[in-house]
Amino acid sequence: MTKQIHLAAHFPGVNNTTVWSDPAAGSHIEFDSFRQFAQTAERGKFDFLFLAEGLRLREQNGLIYDLDVVGRPDTFTILAALAAVTEHVGLTGTINSTFNEPYEVARQFASLDHLSGGRAAWNVVTSWDAFTGENFRRGGYLAQGDRYERARTFLATANELWDSWHGDEILADKDTSQFLATAAPGAFRHRDAFFDIAGQFNVPRSPQGRPVIFQAGDSDEGRDFAAASADAIFSRHSTLEAGQAFYADVKGRLPKFGRTRGELLILPAATFVLGDTDAEAAEIARDVRRAQVSPQTALKFIEQLWNTELSGFDVDGPLPAFDPAVSDNLISKGRASVRQFAKDPVALAAGWRARAEAGKLSAREVVIEVTGRQSFIGSAETIATTINELVQADAADGYILVPHITPGGLTSFVDHVVPLLQERGVFRADYTGITLRDHLGLAPLRRPGETTTTRAAS
Amino acid sequence: MTSAPAGLQAPLHLAVALDGAGWHPAAWREADAQPQRLFTAGYWTGLAQQAERGLLDFLTIEDGLDLQSDDRFQADARLDRVRGRLDAVLIAARAAPATRHIGFVPTAITTHTEPFHLSKAIATLDYVSSGRAGIRVQVAVRAGTAAHFGRRESPPLRADRLADPDVRRLIADHFDEAADYVEVLRRLWDSWEDDAEIRDVSTGRFIDRNKLHYIEFEGRRFSVKGPSITPRPPQGQPIIAALGHASVPYQLIARSADVGFVTPRDAAHAAEIVAQIRTEQARAGRAAQTVHVFGDLVVFLDETRTAAIARRQRLDERAGAEYRSDARVYAGTAAGLADLMQDWQAAGLSGFRLRPAALPHDLMHLTERLVPELQRRGLFRARYEADTLRGLLGLARPANRYAAA
Repeated sequence: MTKQIHLAAHFPGVNNTTVWSDPAAGSHIEFDSFRQFAQTAERGKFDFLFLAEGLRLREQNGLIYDLDVVGRPDTFTILAALAAVTEHVGLTGTINSTFNEPYEVARQFASLDHLSGGRAAWNVVTSWDAFTGENFRRGGYLAQGDRYERARTFLATANELWDSWHGDEILADKDTSQFLATAAPGAFRHRDAFFDIAGQFNVPRSPQGRPVIFQAGDSDEGRDFAAASADAIFSRHSTLEAGQAFYADVKGRLPKFGRTRGELLILPAATFVLGDTDAEAAEIARDVRRAQVSPQTALKFIEQLWNTELSGFDVDGPLPAFDPAVSDNLISKGRASVRQFAKDPVALAAGWRARAEAGKLSAREVVIEVTGRQSFIGSAETIATTINELVQADAADGYILVPHITPGGLTSFVDHVVPLLQERGVFRADYTGITLRDHLGLAPLRRPGETTTTRAAS
Repeated sequence: MTSAPAGLQAPLHLAVALDGAGWHPAAWREADAQPQRLFTAGYWTGLAQQAERGLLDFLTIEDGLDLQSDDRFQADARLDRVRGRLDAVLIAARAAPATRHIGFVPTAITTHTEPFHLSKAIATLDYVSSGRAGIRVQVAVRAGTAAHFGRRESPPLRADRLADPDVRRLIADHFDEAADYVEVLRRLWDSWEDDAEIRDVSTGRFIDRNKLHYIEFEGRRFSVKGPSITPRPPQGQPIIAALGHASVPYQLIARSADVGFVTPRDAAHAAEIVAQIRTEQARAGRAAQTVHVFGDLVVFLDETRTAAIARRQRLDERAGAEYRSDARVYAGTAAGLADLMQDWQAAGLSGFRLRPAALPHDLMHLTERLVPELQRRGLFRARYEADTLRGLLGLARPANRYAAA
């Protein structure tokens, strides 16, 4: 059976994918940029918008990192405001489970779901680092190994809070004077190693019952967490082979949690460059990669992998001949990608050098090669065909597109690629449902206590 | 503090306090009430637009991290009251793009939340409203609220124990934390200088990091490093407000806030409260700064005093008890209310936060009767004269505390 493609739009983020130096690049903080981006996604009938989050500005060599976009809005607040200027598109926010408390996050998402008419989604992320903790009451309190366990119980606790209202408590009957049908709505009691809380949740059940749950982790633990409790995965495996392997692995984990394949969507992040022809797109893509990896940025990447400050290093010459400094103390702080570098930096650096030799590449060119490739490059026809083939081949259920220009980078995709997918009958011509669950093809959640012959979704 | 020449009063500032279906517990049962819509965006957007038609300075939105209760210190089990509420900051963010002039001052609880999160939330509210954001800070002393977070012990309080020394210490401690919290909000809002974003292609730098600042706050309840993840908001410093009924909260208002909401019994009491706040303000070295003191009033407004009193009685009968409030309750005509406001203004108040007893009735009357009455008396604006909330309140955009002079 032909699968329907899901599409989402990631507001350009604070890494070097975003080309702020382009003359077309607009503000990353003014509401108009967000409004324009969201309305473009909605014009393209996208499933949802996606916002990332970071709770401490990144540093390198003890200084705030200044080469990428810096600064972003509060996730909940900007999504609530976007609900005012859109009608259909889902609103997915990344919120950290480490530096928040379940009661507050649960009521913020329930509120967002009410205020958007059932369009809220939560990308659950975790961190443990003391660096970020310096901005919060608890500080860096969590052992690294505990972060998934805390995220798991955080989400389980939030689910209990959302389910504490069943949806039939509010009568608001003026004649009988009964506002409530029950004297203790929202009653809950939760105790585990991380949370010991009890009382009454104060937000009535929201249109979707709870936000759609996204998960982004890639480790074995992260995949199990997603298979157990997420509705969708924000993955980074956008190619055919890696996508199919990830897809098969994660969907294969669902049965052990009593779930079916349709209950968890795999949505990799994907960048794209559109041209009138494939050749033109390839040329633009090369220029974009060079803009994404300026000489200054190339140097910072090399410093990150070598874990060494290299001021004065010539990025147009060869990579450093010496090996990276292996240490638990990294010169780069607050950047998840650096943890990949830190796993085995000596081997990774050797791989970079081999690539440089094989292609006769300068240090900067190597960085461009290893970091900058766009997921989809080509004419609208080529990109539409590629995306459809990948989805039909079970490399994904759709893609979360990450444009490199704010806020206009989505427009060409919506104008040229979306109509081709619609013509082929693999993407909606218009919204047919109301909630984000509807857009994603997820069945409505049953209310707690509702009797049913099948397993109640949770 | 500026005072107008004798015989001429300065214009008043006017805010409306939104809470559920109105402040009277039986308000939701009125014929024009819309209790089924309390949890929808349309309800709040409609109220905000109505308040804006009345040219009000701002609206406030009540909030709490627990279910409403008629008992100040613990949950009740009543079925006949509005229960449940949405996050006030998010209501404000949802409604702000549907308005153009009115300010939004939602309530946030300082006791159990993170100042880092709230700082960027209000900065973002300021961005989405183009400079119309504020925050009303409130402490939470109920033990039941603390149990929702499970992170600190909070002994059960009772009305008859409020004078006990340990209870007074506990409450003072909550207000000390609130003052620290406000200090962190303000430092984080200033942690980016206005021109920190430089987009210098030649050096590859998006920001000038010398214009971003660590705030290095260390307090008893929390430490915050900074800088904020959100650039300095359009107003520089969004408005901070607090409600107070006693000397401890008056200190918070005097030391930390731009607007204080107070609950005088009469004009003489208003003068006493204002004097206390001014004294504390001077002690805190803020004598030269504008701190607005607004009188809170619960209002039942009708065409005649008789009608207003009758409506109040009808609502009281429905509720099963006479309505009592921390604020003075006024039932009467717009003209009578304008007289009272003029009287209290002469005692030193610069504005009022009116709590409509029932929505939409008392908000409609406020905007369609009271505002024209105040305009006739030369006490209220005829059109919005500023684009930001600070502008409406006569506050300049402040210099950044971290910027080199």
